[in-house]
Amino acid sequence: MKNLFKNMNKTTKSNLLTYALVIIVYIIVQIMLGTGSMSNLMKGLLVPLCVYVIAAISLNLVVGISGELSLGHAGFMCVGAYSSSFFSVLTKDALPELVRFPLAILIGAAVAAIFGILIGIPVLKLRGDYLAIVTLAFGEIIKNLMNVMYIGKDSKGLHFSATDTTALGLEEGGKVIVKGALGITGTPKNSNFTIGIILILIALFIILNLINSRSGRAIMAIRDNRIAAESVGLNITKYKLMAFTISAALAGVAGVLYAHNLSTLTVKKFDYNTSILILVFVVLGGIGNIRGSMIAAVLLTVLPEVLRGLSDYRMLIYAIVLIAMMLFNWAPAAINWRAKIKAKFKKNNAKEAE
Amino acid sequence: MSFVQFLINGISLGSVYAIIALGYTMVYGIAKMLNFAHGDVIMIGAYTVLTLLTGAGVNPWLAVLIGMVTCTVLGITIEKIAYRPLRNASSSLAVLITAIGVSYFLQNIALLIFGADTKSFINIITLPPVSLAEGQIVLTGTTTVTIIACIIIMTGLTLFVNKTKPGRAMKAVSEDRGAAQLMGVNVNATISLTFAIGSGLAAIAGVLLCSAYPSLTPYTGAMPGIKAFVAAVFGGIGSIPGAMVGGILLGIIEILGKAYISSQVADAIVFAVLIIVLLVKPTGLFGKNIQEKV
Repeated sequence: MKNLFKNMNKTTKSNLLTYALVIIVYIIVQIMLGTGSMSNLMKGLLVPLCVYVIAAISLNLVVGISGELSLGHAGFMCVGAYSSSFFSVLTKDALPELVRFPLAILIGAAVAAIFGILIGIPVLKLRGDYLAIVTLAFGEIIKNLMNVMYIGKDSKGLHFSATDTTALGLEEGGKVIVKGALGITGTPKNSNFTIGIILILIALFIILNLINSRSGRAIMAIRDNRIAAESVGLNITKYKLMAFTISAALAGVAGVLYAHNLSTLTVKKFDYNTSILILVFVVLGGIGNIRGSMIAAVLLTVLPEVLRGLSDYRMLIYAIVLIAMMLFNWAPAAINWRAKIKAKFKKNNAKEAE
Repeated sequence: MSFVQFLINGISLGSVYAIIALGYTMVYGIAKMLNFAHGDVIMIGAYTVLTLLTGAGVNPWLAVLIGMVTCTVLGITIEKIAYRPLRNASSSLAVLITAIGVSYFLQNIALLIFGADTKSFINIITLPPVSLAEGQIVLTGTTTVTIIACIIIMTGLTLFVNKTKPGRAMKAVSEDRGAAQLMGVNVNATISLTFAIGSGLAAIAGVLLCSAYPSLTPYTGAMPGIKAFVAAVFGGIGSIPGAMVGGILLGIIEILGKAYISSQVADAIVFAVLIIVLLVKPTGLFGKNIQEKV
């Protein structure tokens, strides 16, 4: 057994550590829940934590592995949340929970993926920072459209409208499912911490395997040097689109989890601030570091709840975190400075050893 | 309202977008970065002018001037502290995320200083409205001033870039930074100058925008900022006439969309324009397609 662990290569070890971390956290939380030593506040945070962790690792796939910036991650969560919630409300009486919820997750992921492809095809062909601005625009478009969308159902089928509920023209006994700015109410509460953890593990499995696959290496090669990658015959758009779509689908799953945790779903939660918050998780955890972004997501979700007094300054602190982390980690001057400090330490250590 | 009236309103809004788009397009052309914080500089400019007007009762012209100076200093400072250290970073993502951080920082610092409540902006333009075609079409003072300001700025900037030495240095740096440096152009100073001009114009755009739509919150600048970027891409990023044409077209599209389709989805229409432009002609109307060499 010991030998087996020793012979494993570095990435396998690191990946196993990531899975183990999630499972250990799960066990600790279960023990705390069992002994009743967890406050209600923390209990309420458990599912949102899973939502943010999934969103953070999926964004890290785009930012860290593919080297593009998506500012519309909340938009993908929103489509996932709305489509799955719509499905769940529609089939609430027709399907048992055990069938309905997995289907809802798949639908949320698929719809988000379709939007990912639709956005990705025109944008990922281009060089430059267009993806950032288009995804940002996408988030706003989705918010706009969801705010004016009304869908109702009666014996004749589904009715759509972009004005108000009366324009749906429902017959008596018909039910309005999507109520514009009021969103969807009555989504069954199917999400719980265990399902959240399972979804995190699945998301991790997908992402970590992708990174270490042939496709993943191609994606990273494109990130590091587009021209060199192109010249060895890699299809740039295809690989970028692959990473982006998978990321969108996983964000959709995070949205599904979120939607089925609350009985009322409105579009307000999925705004620009949420997209930035997820980006802060990724940046603080380390761009390209999947485990880091999980830890950052947990810390930044739990800390503000515990330190309520700082709530006025929270956003400001996030902004400073973004700037400071970038300057510290990427500025050539800062990199040189860190290398110097490191060299100094080594020298001192060597002297002490003598 | 008549179609012509909507068209005029569209040109007026578009002129504001054009002025904002200039800041984006110049910075993008020279520093090769997307300055996300540009929209928020507009907001800071508008708050500065409003505070001077209501708090200190300063003469409106002086207030706008001080607003411009504040934004110019702010622009140069942002560039120096946040963007310059990352200019030679190995990943272009770094400076992009920093820009988002700066944008977020400005919004939240404004939230702390000025509060979240909507402030109503005082219209400082006292020009009387002009009625045309027996009152069918009304040109408000703000509309007239906005359009004239846009034309003056555009002409002035075109002359500056093409005829003066610092302007030509800007052109040189945007074409080839390394070669420009070898020719004795002070690259740092040129980039600072670009940020200064862009930010100073942002203050004017802020005043014009808030004169037309007089509600001011810390998030006022964000949306027009993004739309102006769309305008810059539409016109061809890096091109000054492109920013003007793109801005005005976008303003017309937005107002007509609001009038004839739905006011709630007008923003969605504007962004749909962006996606269509990127699909059909990613270099924009006036953009040049530059092949990358290894």
